[in-house]
Amino acid sequence: MTERPLTEHARLDDPLDLRGYTQVGGYQAVRTALTTMAPADVVTLVKDSRIRGRGGAGFSTGLKWSFMPMGPDAPHPKYLVVNADEMEPGTFKDRLLLEGTPHQMIEAVIVSAYAIEADVAYIFLRGEYKVAEERLNRAIREAYDTGYLGKNILGSGYSLDCYVHTSAGRYICGEETALLNALEGKRAIPRSKPPFPQTSGLWGKPTIVNNVETLCNIPHIINHGKDWFLKLSLTTSGGTKLYGVSGKVKTPGTWELPMGTTAREIIEQHAGGMQDGLRLRGFLPGGASTDFLTPDHLDVMMGFDAVQAAGSRLGTGTMIILDDKTCPVGMVRNMIAFFAHESCGWCTPCREGLPWLEKLLAAIEEGRGTEQDLHILDEHVRLLGPGMTYCALAPGAMAPLGSALIHFREDFERHIREKRCPWKH
Amino acid sequence: MATLFIDNTAYDVKDGQNLLEACLSLGFDLPYFCWHPALGAVGSCRQCAVKLFHDEHDKKGRIVMSCMVPVVDQMRISIKDPEARSFRAKVIEWLMVNHPHDCPVCDEGGECHLQDMTVMTGHDYRRYRFTKRTHNNQDLGPFINHEMNRCIQCYRCVRYYRDYAGGRDLNVFSAHDNVYFGRQQDGTLESPFSGNLVEVCPTGVFTDKTLKQHYTRPWDMQTAPSVCVHCGLGCNTLPGERYGMLRRVRNRYNGAVNGYFLCDRGRYGYEFVNADTRIRQPLQKNKDGELEAVSPEAATALLSEWIGDGSRAIGIGSPRASLESNFALRQRVGAQRFFTGLSEAQMEPLQAIYDILKTGPARSLSLKDLGEADAILILGEDVANTAPLAALRLRQASRVQPMEIAKRLRIPPWDDNAVRNAVQDDRGPMYIASPAGTGLNYLATRAVQTTPDDIARLGYAVAHAIDPNAPVVEVMSNGLQEMVGQIAQALIAAKNPVIVSGASCGHAGIVRAAGAVTKALYAHKLKAGIFLTVPECNSLGIAMMGGGSLEEAAERLASGDADTVVIVENDLHQRAEQPLIERILSSAKRVVVIDHTMNDTTASADWVLPAATYADGDGTLVNNEGRAQRYFQVYVPEHGTREAWRWLLDAESIDQVQTAMAEALPPLAAVSDTAPPADARFVDQRLVRKSHRYTGWTAMHAGKDVHEPYAAPDPDSPFTFSLEGYRGPVPGSVRNSTWTPGWNSPQGISKFQDEVGGPLRGGDPGVRLIEPEQTQSEYDSPPLPSARREGEYEAVPICHVFGSEELSARAPAIAQRVRPAYIGLNPEDAAALGLSKGEAASLTVGDTECALPVEIIETLSRGMVGLPIGLPGVPVLSLPTPASVRKARP
Repeated sequence: MTERPLTEHARLDDPLDLRGYTQVGGYQAVRTALTTMAPADVVTLVKDSRIRGRGGAGFSTGLKWSFMPMGPDAPHPKYLVVNADEMEPGTFKDRLLLEGTPHQMIEAVIVSAYAIEADVAYIFLRGEYKVAEERLNRAIREAYDTGYLGKNILGSGYSLDCYVHTSAGRYICGEETALLNALEGKRAIPRSKPPFPQTSGLWGKPTIVNNVETLCNIPHIINHGKDWFLKLSLTTSGGTKLYGVSGKVKTPGTWELPMGTTAREIIEQHAGGMQDGLRLRGFLPGGASTDFLTPDHLDVMMGFDAVQAAGSRLGTGTMIILDDKTCPVGMVRNMIAFFAHESCGWCTPCREGLPWLEKLLAAIEEGRGTEQDLHILDEHVRLLGPGMTYCALAPGAMAPLGSALIHFREDFERHIREKRCPWKH
Repeated sequence: MATLFIDNTAYDVKDGQNLLEACLSLGFDLPYFCWHPALGAVGSCRQCAVKLFHDEHDKKGRIVMSCMVPVVDQMRISIKDPEARSFRAKVIEWLMVNHPHDCPVCDEGGECHLQDMTVMTGHDYRRYRFTKRTHNNQDLGPFINHEMNRCIQCYRCVRYYRDYAGGRDLNVFSAHDNVYFGRQQDGTLESPFSGNLVEVCPTGVFTDKTLKQHYTRPWDMQTAPSVCVHCGLGCNTLPGERYGMLRRVRNRYNGAVNGYFLCDRGRYGYEFVNADTRIRQPLQKNKDGELEAVSPEAATALLSEWIGDGSRAIGIGSPRASLESNFALRQRVGAQRFFTGLSEAQMEPLQAIYDILKTGPARSLSLKDLGEADAILILGEDVANTAPLAALRLRQASRVQPMEIAKRLRIPPWDDNAVRNAVQDDRGPMYIASPAGTGLNYLATRAVQTTPDDIARLGYAVAHAIDPNAPVVEVMSNGLQEMVGQIAQALIAAKNPVIVSGASCGHAGIVRAAGAVTKALYAHKLKAGIFLTVPECNSLGIAMMGGGSLEEAAERLASGDADTVVIVENDLHQRAEQPLIERILSSAKRVVVIDHTMNDTTASADWVLPAATYADGDGTLVNNEGRAQRYFQVYVPEHGTREAWRWLLDAESIDQVQTAMAEALPPLAAVSDTAPPADARFVDQRLVRKSHRYTGWTAMHAGKDVHEPYAAPDPDSPFTFSLEGYRGPVPGSVRNSTWTPGWNSPQGISKFQDEVGGPLRGGDPGVRLIEPEQTQSEYDSPPLPSARREGEYEAVPICHVFGSEELSARAPAIAQRVRPAYIGLNPEDAAALGLSKGEAASLTVGDTECALPVEIIETLSRGMVGLPIGLPGVPVLSLPTPASVRKARP
């Protein structure tokens, strides 16, 4: 049995309270870090453990932290913000951690905030995660009562306040700078970079934004060291990964597995394979904003580099399955409808392009499409690509569309030719 | 400087700016929407895409938004690159997805930035075949028409209205392709700078509602460079006329004065020119005491007879009449018999202002300089209501010091969102002392409300804290003394401190206190600027010209030395208490009034002669900076209307008047440099008032005469009332168009600037007439502390942007914004008097008594009563003055 440090103590029905969590070794990392390590030591350790961000972009966490201005001359207050705005379609991994082990989240916040000398931490939580909200707030209260949060934690001289902020609910809040604007009470539109949040983040102050799963690894790295962490992974970057599968498989769900487990193992063993009578046509490896992979890619290791080499992105590591009885045009239309609705309305290509695409895909699916429509779709895949738009939302939306236009082009053409959806009778 | 390669040609450009600014400054046509020179760049519209190459070997390059990329030496970009061009055309296609194709019925048509940019990108066919999203429009009040379906979501309106101008009641709502720009609910836009939305909006979402009442196409309007007459700042304007009616006023860019913006009083006050109260022909009082029309010839003859050699006449000029009209009157009656048209109480602060500007040591700041000040002390003046655009500039100045934060983080100043994120709500030092809260208090580091005497004393105390040689001021309350130290420190620490004050408190001591603070700073070898507002468009001009007060005029008439009074463009009833004015008007045997608008003074005249306004005549005004600026006649009035100077002097042209004025009054000698003389020609041609697309030229008079009329002669300027003439580069003072090929909207102004947002090519309009003598002079003595008798109040003026200025209040749109008159009281005073809001209070000053509803003003200092200047029903009093207040008897 492989190690499952993140989910070992996860209990969705009745998570461990502070006492229970402490009994299974919880808050040991806080003690270790705050009483035996300097902040810079924690940053170095995290860098050496080669953990990459679990929110989708896969950026080196240690490197991100190292851009934070440190020491007595650094501007204060500094902030740690947990991106718990899990809204990527098909993704439900952070929810497991937040609801199952809320104290692990709080412990992760404390040690990570300590590493970057943050004064305040915010957990920016998806508004619909009511259960997580309640459990996190209870955990925070307990942590304050025990002296893990507040002034002079464990006599270390380090002080930290932590708050849960529940989002009003926009997908774009998952983009870290839009999240910061939302947290400041402004419209959730992304900010231009540079400056990066590390230099001018929340309220213009140095800020680090990290994903829930990323941070939850930190206490374990502190407790067990970088070598242990690297060994958990089958790839060069360390740790386990929460993988998920949704779609018409036998047992959809989320599992903590070694980073780099193959898609085949995840789909066939953990998700129980396709439902009877269905065949796998393709899958989005890491949420709605990643490119389709096909059954040819089943043996790809689900790590950052291997998935990229296969032409997609690991993203959140939670797959969405397309079977052979589902219309790929309809599936893509559904996703583009989501992205069009979640466009913040700031930049022209995304705001105007996505709704147009949504209408085109609707027309094609309903048998009203034309040859020119395919041309316009192709054009948008290019024009809504990286660099053309203000943030990564539209390029992300183009991933499933662009790859579907390659892998399932015949399906699009058939809709136009037959002036109907072949999947509908 | 940096070398920038654009399509493989090297250009020298200023580094630090962004690529879009660099390209536009070089004269390239690069389309954009969300960027605005005054608002900076945010990168939202994606319209200004160019190709950026890594180096000269990079053939592929990548698309970047030119507004978001700082120029770096040796950078290589392409504007012509096919991929970049295609992307720019696609951005327009996206914008056209929801933009209605209603150009033929859109008010913006013909001066629409979106039209221009669409043509520029070459987009001509919209492939989108589905329904467009639609919105409901809002009623935004008398100034702005709202048509949201046309919106292309460039976000400029909210960035201008909220971030730049500090308004709060316009915002962006909803998301994705349903983004909505408007108010939370229908209602009048509150900001006094809302009218700029008309020019900030790149298309027809926000348009001029007053223009809509009498709409005419932008290319069909005749126009000439003009100057706003509704306060003392002298903002430059472009009035537009057709069929003898003034249709609208638009901003005229002057880099040193108003830049890109106007206030709503200045933009919408123009309709007094068209009002029924305009005097359009000479009128003579008949036997029954009624005014009846006579011919201009008869009027001229009688005027000569009445004034004669001037020895039996006196002349009363006006701070709202041009230099030329005042001077003509002065010439006609003699300098000793010329009066400024101001009461002693009005002249005293104005004279103090002129003295300070003359003696220095601080130089008067232009509006542009004011926006660059990094520490601000405001004494007594509510600039937001007396000189609105100065308040807009001071709002930008409050960001100067916090910009250091952005600088430390290496954020370029034009990277607007990044700067605002880094700076957040940080404000530079701004201290305000005033009788009641001002429109800038929300920006103040600290604001204090106290009596006018104590405001002056606070100023002197600051001077003393900076320079021990300044007079000692005692008996300041503890709180104030602590504030004095803070202010002194902030001013000393600043690079460009400015002291702002003005005449609206009617208190020369406050003005002198402002001068004293600058003296103290100079005594410490520190630099400081001074910015003193004046009430009217030519207040400083009349102060420079000099002349007696109304009290002296009354004496002269009473002495029997004169029996005729000639009043030029001045409603004396607005100037001083009734008894004085009645004394003047009744002791003169003959009263001649030359004015453009009927008022209480014309009502008691024996003769009324129709004067031209800024729209139908020529003249020069001196603004509060001491900058003389010329306004040109926009159109020929139909009847006998002519400039007051033309009624008074037998001059062939304004140039002759100016020559005589230069001789008689050397400080005004430079006035003739404000504009090219009337005989100036450009490539042997006159300058055009009409666009080359002016329609109906031969048809518009066909109802009377089918022959094409000759253009009316213009002896006063190099302009012609025609569409035939010169259209090339001109000096800034005579630029009346922003048109260049492909640029029909006001955005085309960047083609006329040295660099975007910089001075106009050929110089910003206006000539500074006053430079300070840099010698140290003695300090004046501070006024004594206010000593009020028990139960006595001090009546102080309260100015309102809408209503306190006489002419604009006659414009219907502005009139809708004028609030009812009131008597303002501090809540505690009101309670002590047993008065609550809306109840009638009676105010007595000397023989004058009035009853008005009470308004509770939280910020009004105790013991003071606020009187709203100029509102209907408010008596004219020389303020500040002791007053008694009580509950009015029913």
